[in-house]
Amino acid sequence: MAGVTQVPAVAERDPHVAAWRRRVRRVVMFVLALAVLAALWEGYKWFGQSVGDRVFGWRLPARSDNGSMPHVWDVVRRFGQPERRGTSHTIGATVAAGAWFTFRVAMAGFVVGVVVGMALAVVMQRFGVAERGLLPYVVLSQTVPLVALAPLVVGWGGNLTVFGIRWQLWMSVAVIAAYLAFFPVAIGGLRGLQAPGSEAVELMDSYAASWGQTLLKLRLPAAVPYLVPALKLAAASSVVGAVVAEISTGTKGGIGRLIIEYSREATSDPAKVYTAMIGAAALGLVVAALVGILDLVMMRHRPQVGS
Amino acid sequence: MRRRSFRGPVLVAVALALVAGACSSGKSSTTATTATTATTAAGSSPTTAAGPLKTVKLQLQWFTQAQFSGYFAAVDQGFFKKHGLNVQILEGGVDIVPQTVLAQGGADFAIAWVPKALASREQGANITDVAQIFQRSGTLQVSFKNKNITAPADLKGKKVGNWGFGNEFELFAGMGKAGLNPGKDVSLVQQQFDMKALLSGDIDAAQAMIYNEYAQVLEADNPSTGKLYQPGDFNTINWNDVGTAMLQDAIWARTDKLADPAFQDTTVKFIEASIEGWAYCRDNPTKCRDIVVAKGSKLGNSHQLWQTNEINKLVWPSPKGAGYIDPTDWNRTVQIAMGTKNADGKTVITKAPDAAAYTNDYVTKALTDLKAAGVDVNGTSFAPITVTLEPGGN
Repeated sequence: MAGVTQVPAVAERDPHVAAWRRRVRRVVMFVLALAVLAALWEGYKWFGQSVGDRVFGWRLPARSDNGSMPHVWDVVRRFGQPERRGTSHTIGATVAAGAWFTFRVAMAGFVVGVVVGMALAVVMQRFGVAERGLLPYVVLSQTVPLVALAPLVVGWGGNLTVFGIRWQLWMSVAVIAAYLAFFPVAIGGLRGLQAPGSEAVELMDSYAASWGQTLLKLRLPAAVPYLVPALKLAAASSVVGAVVAEISTGTKGGIGRLIIEYSREATSDPAKVYTAMIGAAALGLVVAALVGILDLVMMRHRPQVGS
Repeated sequence: MRRRSFRGPVLVAVALALVAGACSSGKSSTTATTATTATTAAGSSPTTAAGPLKTVKLQLQWFTQAQFSGYFAAVDQGFFKKHGLNVQILEGGVDIVPQTVLAQGGADFAIAWVPKALASREQGANITDVAQIFQRSGTLQVSFKNKNITAPADLKGKKVGNWGFGNEFELFAGMGKAGLNPGKDVSLVQQQFDMKALLSGDIDAAQAMIYNEYAQVLEADNPSTGKLYQPGDFNTINWNDVGTAMLQDAIWARTDKLADPAFQDTTVKFIEASIEGWAYCRDNPTKCRDIVVAKGSKLGNSHQLWQTNEINKLVWPSPKGAGYIDPTDWNRTVQIAMGTKNADGKTVITKAPDAAAYTNDYVTKALTDLKAAGVDVNGTSFAPITVTLEPGGN
């Protein structure tokens, strides 16, 4: 008995093996989740079709016919088919190119948002007046509806030249992405910079450390655990912001624009609509994965709390 | 610090898909709505100040599609260049309102429906209709044949779909003319911008643009035959026949800029080249479709050709000359805009627009020049082609 149980026990103790196990398990769970989702979709469809979308006289929330819910395999097959008759360009390639475009714009917005958010956090930490004065507006900024903001930003950028570069429409989209991304960084950053206890700050004071030294050596490292979730939120927000801004302003080239373009054909080619939506979801996954890597890198020297 | 599990990414994906889904349903609305603005230098080459070309920006109501084929053809065929203009075409988007972009100086010309532009005008947008490219309305009310809806009076007691957002006034005026009270005699249904509700029977009569949503219906599979739906499966009410049509796509310019003689000259040239582009599309529908497709339209080939053909029918024939603003049509549009209440009891405008709302000064000059150059600006002999729609518009 002891021999049997010992093998996994040894393996558990090896952090590398354990880490790999976790990763494999995660991938398996992800694939399983996708399969469950597809099964639920097809199951609902089958059930809806067999009862005529009505249960005890009540209409089911969504129609289950092929026009409203195309078969999973139809959607998958659509990825490999040409976007337009007589061209070799597949929908899959178009969706991938759109997702790549949106990814780059979202990342530009993410970087700008993180820089602005951190700058705000530092200013608010340094000056109590700034915190009291700015914080309500930082919160308020997120209540402005994006669809109202997007055309305005595009309008402002219409005739702008910055550092000799003519303003491009994608830059407006990046600005909107940044507008969503800066918020969690500013809030999380401020909380993190304020995290060190008074005894730690007093210690730095006793060394006659300048404000800048305290910031770099004490406050910033202390802020990292607060910044990691903030960055995750910011990355997700920047993608949502970029997609919504593309939809709102009709920016060509991205996945948001594709979603609109394809959903115009929802009546006659329903599977096509879902290809672009899946592309957007996949983009969200990729960004989440990238932030996960960032998380690993930033937190690698920290003791693990909890499991 | 609990480590990220697979739940995080899945949540993000679901959230994204939800956002995308929500937006997409809102989006396609504007396809026909035409209330859009944007600012995409639609793949146009960067502005080179060098040379005698004058750069002019044109704001469309929506993405690149055959609805705007005349302007794309005029760029492609060098008609604008011939008149010393370098025209940048700016695509629309869901939240882009072309007449607003124009009024704010983001474009020199904008394409907009007359009633919507008049509403913006009443709210302070200082703009003028300088050419009425679409002489007819493209809005239909489509229903299955077995519903027997061939005239507005037949809508009584039916579930009538409409898009709202200012797209419903021709329908409401038509019902009013037939003696129906839209609030009582029909049940109004807010319509999505696809045609699924009509096909699934949720609504009896659906609003459709003849160049877009109507084609979508004819590109969909008919489950009972296994083939595509045919025009014979439907009845359509055309508001041009009922007499409650309102003017749609027109070229608008800023009223204050039109006081400048140099801009007056630009306006005449712009209209002239545009009409030449529309004449090109009338005479070469397939080539014109190819030009639009090359500009990056995602719509299928047969759908795009259908749209080119139907748009041609809205522009041609043009007895008084393409782009001419017929005062009878204008006045009817204004009357309906002032006198017809929608489901919220609102009218498009509350008082008649002043005389600066439209002018035939520039289009008349343009037509004179074009006739002198031998361009057929009336299209009297125009005959539409027959377009076979493929599944999915492909």
